[in-house]
Amino acid sequence: MSFLLDTMKKMEPLFEKGGRLEKLRSVYDGFATFLYVPDRVTTRGAHIRDYMDMKRTMIIVVIALIPALLFGSYNIGLQHTRAFGIVDWSLMQMFWFGFLKILPLIIVSYVTGLGIEFVAAQIRGHEINEGYLVTGMLIPLIMPIDVPLWMLAVSVAFAVIIGKEIFGGTGMNILNPALTARAFLFFSYPAWMSGDTVWIEGLTKGGAIDAFSGATPLAVAKLDGIARMPSAMEMFVGTIPGSVGETSVIAILIGALILLVTGVGSWRIMLSMTLGALGMGLLLNLTGGNEYTQIPAYYHLIMGGFAFGTVFMATDPVSAAQTNTGKFIYGALTGILVVIIRVFNPAYPEGTMLAILLMNVMAPLIDHYVVQANIRRRVKRVRTA
Amino acid sequence: MENVEKEPLFSAKYRKLLTNPLGQDNPITVQVLGICSALAVTVKMNPAIVMAISVMVVLAVSNVAIAALRTMIPGRIRIIVQLVVIATMVIIVDQFLKAFAFDISKQLSVFVGLIITNCIIMGRLEAFAMANKPWPAFLDGLGNAWGYGAILIIVSFFREFLGSGSIMGFPVMEKIGVYNWGYEDNGMMILPPMALITVGLIIWVQRSRNKTLIEENK
Repeated sequence: MSFLLDTMKKMEPLFEKGGRLEKLRSVYDGFATFLYVPDRVTTRGAHIRDYMDMKRTMIIVVIALIPALLFGSYNIGLQHTRAFGIVDWSLMQMFWFGFLKILPLIIVSYVTGLGIEFVAAQIRGHEINEGYLVTGMLIPLIMPIDVPLWMLAVSVAFAVIIGKEIFGGTGMNILNPALTARAFLFFSYPAWMSGDTVWIEGLTKGGAIDAFSGATPLAVAKLDGIARMPSAMEMFVGTIPGSVGETSVIAILIGALILLVTGVGSWRIMLSMTLGALGMGLLLNLTGGNEYTQIPAYYHLIMGGFAFGTVFMATDPVSAAQTNTGKFIYGALTGILVVIIRVFNPAYPEGTMLAILLMNVMAPLIDHYVVQANIRRRVKRVRTA
Repeated sequence: MENVEKEPLFSAKYRKLLTNPLGQDNPITVQVLGICSALAVTVKMNPAIVMAISVMVVLAVSNVAIAALRTMIPGRIRIIVQLVVIATMVIIVDQFLKAFAFDISKQLSVFVGLIITNCIIMGRLEAFAMANKPWPAFLDGLGNAWGYGAILIIVSFFREFLGSGSIMGFPVMEKIGVYNWGYEDNGMMILPPMALITVGLIIWVQRSRNKTLIEENK
């Protein structure tokens, strides 16, 4: 490892002011701080400095995503064997098949996104933002496996430029960039983001065995009725069609555990969002209305993208509410909205993406009123004392 | 007879009336007026062009009419007088389109009628025609309508090209044959949000080229 460090040190003068490669300073800086903890100290202001800078935070989220990625790879293979009637694949074979299928998505996502980030950092003379490390991993996990790669690249470019760079880069964006990419794809090329063929590798080209449906549980509930849905156990384990990383609640819970133990993810948002969805589900169970309201409330937590959205999307520290009270309000409203969209909007079987994006927009408003309420309370206290 | 030096028809000042609204005084990207119709009629280029021409006729003629009447209009009821003039012009344009371009008229639907409420027109009548002679008012009307129309046409070009794969109804993408390579039209370009984003991008480009338009941070 010291070889790498030595090389980096030797190259450093090139990128300093006046060096030959001065223009690429932020590229060097990005790589150097990615590999090693920087030895710079603060010169003024607060002198408390933690190793837990943004890069480490982001890496922990990426680590937390690995279980979902691994299970997603296996599930791609599993769904493929089911759809095409293959019976003799071993577990490793399915996993390897799926892994090779998802690898291009990951590469395209990172190359496009990081490419734009690098260019933007050079133009602005900023450091390269680390935010894309997580976004680039999240995006392939919330895509259907059969999405064409150029569409993926276009939506990543849209999300990074319109969703993030315009507002000033990482930390300034209003919307979660990964969900922006998904929403762009969803509205731009709906044929590739819904229906019952895109969720399983190879199914868009046809050739599935008879009477096989690759619809997600949410779509099944809408089209064929609740009785035809997969069992709760299947949805919990994740052996169902769906976006790559969203199917397995177990894998996502492992990720959630990592985020909560390290303190990277907000337990307030996860808890309140789960309770919000559960509460709204129970309420709808009681009131009735359409057939869809009769889905058991806990089903909402394990089907579709709810678990993934709750753990990895809604907790995005940039686009979520910042105040602690605000986080509870933000989470609960997101959970309630997810269920409302799922149940009452026939056009969108899945509501998690839209609910989180909508609440992203509302988050600053929630924060504003929480802060105002606190100010009012304290002013009152001063006056009475 | 007082001896006032007559200004030439296309003096530098008058030419500015025509060119300013195209750039640094654009009704849509700088004054942010008339956004509503810019979002609604820019899915395809043909309706956008017809809309631009309609607005140009209405704005130029009503500007001249109000400028000619400006000394006779009582200040208290000037808005109503302006509205009567605009409404008359809009109805004439609407009937004309129904008679000679029925298909486009159907595509534009209520938006021809809604030219009456287009902020650009009321804005120009109030701000310019009420205080200037007919000829500069005419140039101002043409200039602002052209500035409005230019943005409409740029936006509709991108929305039609990327959203429907054609330019003015001619299927370019199909002729090139990109569909065979797996290309697909972007469905979101047809939806209103993308018109807003496209206008936003135009504003971005304009402001990064013309720094005087950027407000100072307070």
